[in-house]
Amino acid sequence: MNHLSNVQRDVLKEIGNIGAGNAATAMAQLIDKKIEMAVPVVNIAAFDEVMDIVGGPETPAAAVLITIDGDVTGKVYFILPIEEAEFIVEQVTGDDNFKLLDNGSAQSMGLSALQEVGNILTGSYLSALSDFTGLNMHPSVPHLGVDMAGAILASGLIDLSQWSDYAIIIDTQIRDKSGINSVQGHFLLLPDPISFNKIFNALGVNDDDE
Amino acid sequence: MMTNDTVSVVRVGIADLNVVQAPSLIRTSGLGSCVGIVIYDLTKKTAGLAHIMLPDSSLSKRDNLNNYKYADTAIDILIQHLIKKGARKFSLKAKIAGGAEMFQFATTSESMRIGPRNVEAVKRELKTHGIQIVSEDVGGNRGRTIEFDPDNGALHIRTVNKGESII
Repeated sequence: MNHLSNVQRDVLKEIGNIGAGNAATAMAQLIDKKIEMAVPVVNIAAFDEVMDIVGGPETPAAAVLITIDGDVTGKVYFILPIEEAEFIVEQVTGDDNFKLLDNGSAQSMGLSALQEVGNILTGSYLSALSDFTGLNMHPSVPHLGVDMAGAILASGLIDLSQWSDYAIIIDTQIRDKSGINSVQGHFLLLPDPISFNKIFNALGVNDDDE
Repeated sequence: MMTNDTVSVVRVGIADLNVVQAPSLIRTSGLGSCVGIVIYDLTKKTAGLAHIMLPDSSLSKRDNLNNYKYADTAIDILIQHLIKKGARKFSLKAKIAGGAEMFQFATTSESMRIGPRNVEAVKRELKTHGIQIVSEDVGGNRGRTIEFDPDNGALHIRTVNKGESII
């Protein structure tokens, strides 16, 4: 699937809106700040372009990944730059000196805090989608990765790479409104290619709508 | 005129490959479960690099394959390109890096153990071609960026946490 009609694109944007909107509310409660959400972007991206969404393959990033099972299969990432992940952990745990790239075992509490935040956010993203479409989407346990963006994102492309050299990505950015120490993260939804028709059918969009 | 300050670095993307000659360098960034395969002829100062995602082209669920994506097909093509550039098959050697497990998936999907499976497939394929693996940095759970110098055969490996090494 390398082409989307305008209607299909709009439907996918709406999905990004609903999922990330729900997650942004959860995030605002967690860190007690107002969270703003950008208009979702629907990308049909070659694999190299996927890495560029978060600053290129070598850029260090923190990500929570869940695999979706059920009527729809695919992946959801909550991915953000290292400093911003550290900021979230500091907000949640009250530890002002948390550094993600240190190897000390004292960091493990911060890491599980980050994993839990990612779990809550991706969970609320997915449950909103599931309610909206009426389709079953079960999240896997969340996986936390802190490493080069390319290494982290490629894992989410393996399944769909057996079908395609492109990923359809619904990218919704959120950031906190204060501007200083702004939290800026991306929700990336990557449905497997076979799941798109199920999503479109569930929402009453036909292939030939333009 | 080229000076030493402007050594060109050829970048190889994911599911891609390329061939260079000294003094150019060749690099691929952010290898996770993917494997970077360098095949080189030091006497000809020629090297090729492939960045593969999947072990075996038979995993493909469609007809028009991207041959650069799979260990088996990409290595075949890389060797052909090297020979076209003047490398001699009998003097080809290899260095490999990558094949990490970035996430411990508890599912039955193909993502499971994809890193180690990629490494196994690369080794099998290189053996079929009679190409010796001189050194390797594979497995683990770290992302890697690699850069190869066809002039001296050094493979630089950079990670986020553990700095840089040369194999």
